[in-house]
Amino acid sequence: MNSAANSSGALPASVDAMLELLTSRGYLAERSLATVTYLSLRMGRPLFLEGEAGVGKTEIAKVLSAALGRKLIRLQCYEGLDVSSAVYEWNSAAQMIAIRMAEAAGDTDRDQLSSDIFADRYMIKRPLLQALEPDVAGPPVLLIDELDRADEAFEAYLLEILSDFQVTIPEFGTVKAPHPPIVIITSNRTREIHDALKRRCLYHWVDYPAAERELAIVKTRVPGISAKLSQQVVRFVQALRNQDFYKSPGVAETIDWATALSELDARSLTPQVVGDTLGALLKYQDDITRMQGDALQKVLKDATSEN
Amino acid sequence: MAINHLAPEQTEQFADNIVGFARALRAAGMPVGPGAVIDAMSALQVIDIGNRSDVFTTLEAIFVKRHEHAQIFRQAFNLFFRASEEWKHMLDSVPLPEQAKKKPQAGARRVQEAMSQPRMTETPQHQEQDLRLSVSDKEILQKKDFAQMSAAEISEALRAVERMHLPQAELLTRRHQRDPRGLRLDLRRTLRASLRTGGDIIDIHRLGRIEKPAPIVALLDISGSMSEYTRLFLHFLHAITDARKRVSVFLFGTRLTNVTRALRQRDPDEALASCSASVEDWAGGTRISASLHNFNKLWARRVLSQGAIVLLISDGLEREADSRLAFEMDRLHRSCRRLIWLNPLLRFGGFEAKAQGIKMMLPHVDEFRPVHNLSSIQELITTLSQPLPPHHRSLIRSAA
Repeated sequence: MNSAANSSGALPASVDAMLELLTSRGYLAERSLATVTYLSLRMGRPLFLEGEAGVGKTEIAKVLSAALGRKLIRLQCYEGLDVSSAVYEWNSAAQMIAIRMAEAAGDTDRDQLSSDIFADRYMIKRPLLQALEPDVAGPPVLLIDELDRADEAFEAYLLEILSDFQVTIPEFGTVKAPHPPIVIITSNRTREIHDALKRRCLYHWVDYPAAERELAIVKTRVPGISAKLSQQVVRFVQALRNQDFYKSPGVAETIDWATALSELDARSLTPQVVGDTLGALLKYQDDITRMQGDALQKVLKDATSEN
Repeated sequence: MAINHLAPEQTEQFADNIVGFARALRAAGMPVGPGAVIDAMSALQVIDIGNRSDVFTTLEAIFVKRHEHAQIFRQAFNLFFRASEEWKHMLDSVPLPEQAKKKPQAGARRVQEAMSQPRMTETPQHQEQDLRLSVSDKEILQKKDFAQMSAAEISEALRAVERMHLPQAELLTRRHQRDPRGLRLDLRRTLRASLRTGGDIIDIHRLGRIEKPAPIVALLDISGSMSEYTRLFLHFLHAITDARKRVSVFLFGTRLTNVTRALRQRDPDEALASCSASVEDWAGGTRISASLHNFNKLWARRVLSQGAIVLLISDGLEREADSRLAFEMDRLHRSCRRLIWLNPLLRFGGFEAKAQGIKMMLPHVDEFRPVHNLSSIQELITTLSQPLPPHHRSLIRSAA
């Protein structure tokens, strides 16, 4: 066993151990996802997860940080994200006060002033810089969420950070992480991410789970639900995914729906209760309209039939 | 053992196998660099390579960087790592896509054309005439319908299209850069400069918004009824793809094909050749409604997310015109910044929207323009380079 990997805490030692670790925190992963997660920890490479919305891409970062006892640092991407909100910013107001104070004290040494002003305590650290800092619990988990929403310029900036785990600040110098953080990048594919960035990562496409796994997920995440209802819920959702919807429901929607039904004390799926709660599953009016009348009856009949 | 030729103790053969597999993937059209091979070897050292599915996932995570390649990878993996077979024989039988087999030769057509040019046999008299007529010829060329051009005129028009430059229609982004006339104060830079004077602020530095061109998405109809126009439009789209960063091009007839990557190639002939190689339904029927449905479902969220301008180039002659067509047009219209329909049928002076399909589509476009000669393409470029009013849509809707 490689001792370097174990020195920074209890990283799982095999794919099975990884699977167990995730399961212990209520995340029922496919073996393939556990494999790439394990690899990314062992190889110190960022993990790039792509897939439809609501299949649990973000969740794995949260689970990982909780299970390993590491700090979770989250960078939510959006168009227009720039260095001052992703990496660092100077606290200019405080700096200005410091200059005035120095003046009032009759301090005229410019070099001294400059090194005082651009010191650690006037720096506001944003997620990427925070992730490079050493932490007593071990390197943190850095979640770069929905990278497809940021623009290409930011993506290019990430290249340097992700390959060397360091940031250069002109007034301050280079900040390098003593141990690279665990990086999880997610994308919903609203645009393609450049190959140069993907090349530095392990890539994995997260798919919708199979019926069996989804059933297990529902049972774990919605504890009070009856066996019959959970089975019907999963069958119904799986049938919806086979249809030609604008937006198919993800696992997150399945859990929402199961929770909603369980809150309403539903025992089994009926046209009435499904009609009332369909908004938890389908998020486009066109899709909901399509799921009415005969179409709904048919899916419902398949989902509730005993076999 | 399931994958005997991956046995770790035979390091040399193990490396050979990974390299061979990477080559097979490359031959099948996947971009696999040497860095990935090294990654693959180090990754396989930390997992149990007796477990075939773990090996699959591991190699997939390293070699596949696009979801579209997952299928190719799966096939290649199954072929390559089939149990108890000589892998070298397998390598030869990995099916190569058509493209990889015979690469279109760049400029082959132009070379041919150059060779078959008539020699300079015309009499000097003719040449004089040509010179006299050249200015008005240009004017005629500007107004002439693409469908009625001779081969020579088409090549002249192609050259004109290539010369056209699309000025950048600018979009303000939320990012900032140094700009002496900017509206925002650059405190960081101002403060740094003030240190030179011991803390007195003399120069105020400013920031302005970064501007960038709006993305353009072109949906080009390549059905039989459009065949006289498609080549020219493709040239036009190639010219703007070359000059601009965010341009996506889709071709549709009975099915939708994304040719953005093919058009990225520098040489227009090579780009057009690989474009036509990737399309199966060239000059066939039209299924606008189905193609738009596919676009809306698979691509709209990916290419329209940043305020794109959509150019729909089609004559709108759809046989299956029903409410679905109107529905898909409406969805497309709602997910882009501006929907411009370019229709070569508009060349006819008394054009009326009589065809069922056109009637269905018309209420959902922001602009309806002719595009059948050089001057109409020039006008289109002028329109595209004008700044876009941010909330123009509601105005147009209420006026319609």
